[in-house]
Amino acid sequence: MSNSVNEILGTDLLFVIGSNTTEAHPIIGNKMKQAVLKGAKLIVVDPRQTELARMADLHLPLESGSDAALINGMIHIILREGWHAKEYIEERTSGFEELAETVERYTPDIVSEITGIPEKDLYEAARMYAQTAKAGIYYTLGITEHTTGTSNVMNLANLALVTGHIGYENAGINPLRGQNNVQGACDMGALPNTYPGYQRVENERAIKFFSDFYGTAMNPKDGLRIPEMMDAAVEGKLRAMFVMGEDPVLSDPDANHVKKAMSSLDFLAVQEIFMSETAKFADVVFPASCYAEKDGTFTASERRVQRVRKAVNPPGEARLDWQIICQLAQAMGAPGFDFRDAEEIFEEIRGTTPSYRGMTYKRLEEENGLQWPCPTESHPGTKFLHKGVFPGGRARMIPVEYEEPAELINEDYPILLSTGRKLGHYNVTTRYSRLLDSINPYEEAEINPREAEDYGLQAGDLIRVSSRRGSVVTRIDITDRVKPGMMFMTFHYRETPVNELTQAAYDPITLTGEYKISAVRIEKVDWKDEDLADEVHRFARLDHLVK
Amino acid sequence: MINITIDGRPLSLEKPINLLEAAKLVGIEIPHLCYNECLSIFAGCRLCIVEIEGRNKIETSCSVLAKDGMVVHTNTERLRALRRDLLDLLISNHPTDCLTCDKVGSCDLQELCYEYGVKTPSYIGAQTHFTIDDLNPIMIRDQDKCIKCGKCVRVCKEIQVTGTYEFSGRGFESTVTTAFDQPINKDICRMCGQCISMCPTGALQNKQLVGYRPWELEKVRTTCPFCGTGCNFDLNVDVKNNKVVGVTPCADAPINGTEMCVKGRFHTDFISSEERLTTPLIRKDGELQPASWEEALSYTARRMAEIKADHGPDSIAALSSARCTNEDNYVLQKFMRAVIGTNSIDHCART
Repeated sequence: MSNSVNEILGTDLLFVIGSNTTEAHPIIGNKMKQAVLKGAKLIVVDPRQTELARMADLHLPLESGSDAALINGMIHIILREGWHAKEYIEERTSGFEELAETVERYTPDIVSEITGIPEKDLYEAARMYAQTAKAGIYYTLGITEHTTGTSNVMNLANLALVTGHIGYENAGINPLRGQNNVQGACDMGALPNTYPGYQRVENERAIKFFSDFYGTAMNPKDGLRIPEMMDAAVEGKLRAMFVMGEDPVLSDPDANHVKKAMSSLDFLAVQEIFMSETAKFADVVFPASCYAEKDGTFTASERRVQRVRKAVNPPGEARLDWQIICQLAQAMGAPGFDFRDAEEIFEEIRGTTPSYRGMTYKRLEEENGLQWPCPTESHPGTKFLHKGVFPGGRARMIPVEYEEPAELINEDYPILLSTGRKLGHYNVTTRYSRLLDSINPYEEAEINPREAEDYGLQAGDLIRVSSRRGSVVTRIDITDRVKPGMMFMTFHYRETPVNELTQAAYDPITLTGEYKISAVRIEKVDWKDEDLADEVHRFARLDHLVK
Repeated sequence: MINITIDGRPLSLEKPINLLEAAKLVGIEIPHLCYNECLSIFAGCRLCIVEIEGRNKIETSCSVLAKDGMVVHTNTERLRALRRDLLDLLISNHPTDCLTCDKVGSCDLQELCYEYGVKTPSYIGAQTHFTIDDLNPIMIRDQDKCIKCGKCVRVCKEIQVTGTYEFSGRGFESTVTTAFDQPINKDICRMCGQCISMCPTGALQNKQLVGYRPWELEKVRTTCPFCGTGCNFDLNVDVKNNKVVGVTPCADAPINGTEMCVKGRFHTDFISSEERLTTPLIRKDGELQPASWEEALSYTARRMAEIKADHGPDSIAALSSARCTNEDNYVLQKFMRAVIGTNSIDHCART
């Protein structure tokens, strides 16, 4: 996030796109709703009628995957009306002419045709966003989990730059990060192209620094990204994997391909707290510790590094994650893995990660966490980014063209499926909490009353949802939260593994999967059908509800 | 500048704040049951009454802003007598099962009755009797213990912006309840439990913490393990049994303050789940079987070394975890880069 979470309360306009904030980030959602109660305007761009959409001053239920056209259309209107920040563009950006040339073609009538949004709403959204100084953009995976994810993000940057809405308090571009420490995992260099602190792996200075620091020559070649790992495993080029705390079989797109990858490996080690779907493929499983059993730090969306503290001992023989890796390194005869505790590791992180250099456990304790960049011990941390100047001087605007999603609906697969989270669960872990699971014990696919009527369905019925890649059985919830012709499911349930339906189509730059668009068909099924023995078994513990 | 005097202590304020907050600045805690600094002013419990020189009327300090020259008294015998009477009225229509109530030790009503020496109710007469609502997994709602402070109504409306509760009825018949008196369920309630934290009595109780005395639990402050918002809260630990039994908010959390969602507040039973892995496993004869750490580590080290030797460092890859700590992630990337010799490490940031 370029800004901090609590800046939401001082924002005059919230532009929320591709984010069901009140379910996926409930506390940030609360702040947004509180801001609206205090008078902030709210624009929500989402094909679903989410809780925020119902509260919005303007809800734009665009066609899934037409985000690029919508943003281009807004920029077109902003330029035509002369609402752009001319001085800001002149002083702080580059690439404006190319952008203006591209959006020229995105006239309101064409954009309205592609997105399904009336021209007057496009105009109103452009006007509201451009003419409000404290206007913040908030987005999540509805923007990135598309084959055009990277260009969607660049286009939001174009919108903010054209109107001069970045580099200030209460404005900016704010991706709400999905996991507790996805920001930190990136910061730490758990990425195939960067060392800790986003230093590129092919950068000669970084190679020299890390080769000296680790006492061994660094590999200058980019590593594999997750989807490439899966392909390489199937092709036999990747022979072994070490998986710590992830469950790609359940959470990556096109689950059947991932399963094939896992079974193709010569050796798979999984470090987990539960017997995950991925761990079932492992040769070795290490029992690890959960967050309540360890000391350390997480880095939140707003770049705030905060302490995690040990409350209880791990169960049985389970050990700390870093400890297991250190013991494995030592078993392989490697030096440099004799850390005594988490704080000692953090001291090494400070030495290798410039934006963390000024942080110590003592400061994190005393100052209630610190927001990077925090380069020195006297630096107070950074509340919002890009004040006055961008890294590298000018922010470059990169024009983006609209492209159709990788998969479109047709006669055989007439319904568009989107996936995401629901309030009561978080990915897969919360299923192990009996309390949380009892609130939402099973998948309830959202379908529109029109489809319910077409297929003769009633609330609580079971349907089979099939895509070109697989099929799952689920209960349904009939609701106008989804538009006619669309349905929505979550990925929390191993009984209804929705990623058997999603496609391995990726954004070309980040290789992020297109979780948000799959063409599917549905059919009503009777839970007593013999063919369904397998699925019915999955629902077995809910028997009392179906009888 | 606004200069006021509270119980003889002088205070200068830059802008007008309410007298209850002003008193805190000079170290005076005025008793109250319906006030919370995060919520709008209700002035319903009347316990925060004060005397202001020059005014005949007794005022509620939560709803009066400091004005230059004010001389305020917070603890006169007249005020103490009135507070005693107010407390007496409250407990006269309140169950006296304090001996077994799970709220003991963190009940504001009990604390104030103790402070003011209100031992037994003296207004004997009709009492309200409701059916206890505990059909949901998160809380027990016992309206007999409700003192109608309205904090749950306001926190749900103003902070959670959901509006599950509202006052209903008038006078003795008035209640704080849900639409159509439905029991709490996920269709009308987001189950964040913020009302439970706000409730000054045993009217709303966290089911997870039932059966534990608050003084038996140790609080450990930590950061939530779910979404990327970065909420802080206190894990409540039953130390004797090495078990996290629940979660309570910590007000100085920099991002969330006292706000929490259903996951943050009610997830903790997964920590001690019986399904947790407790021993290393090695695949033997096609089945994963328990093994010693020594065996699991040396087997993995050997296989990794063999594969690296036979097929090169780039034939090995790792998935790191956005759920683990920075320290865990740092060590795994160091292991892959320095020991294996590959940059093939990634995590779910892209998936």
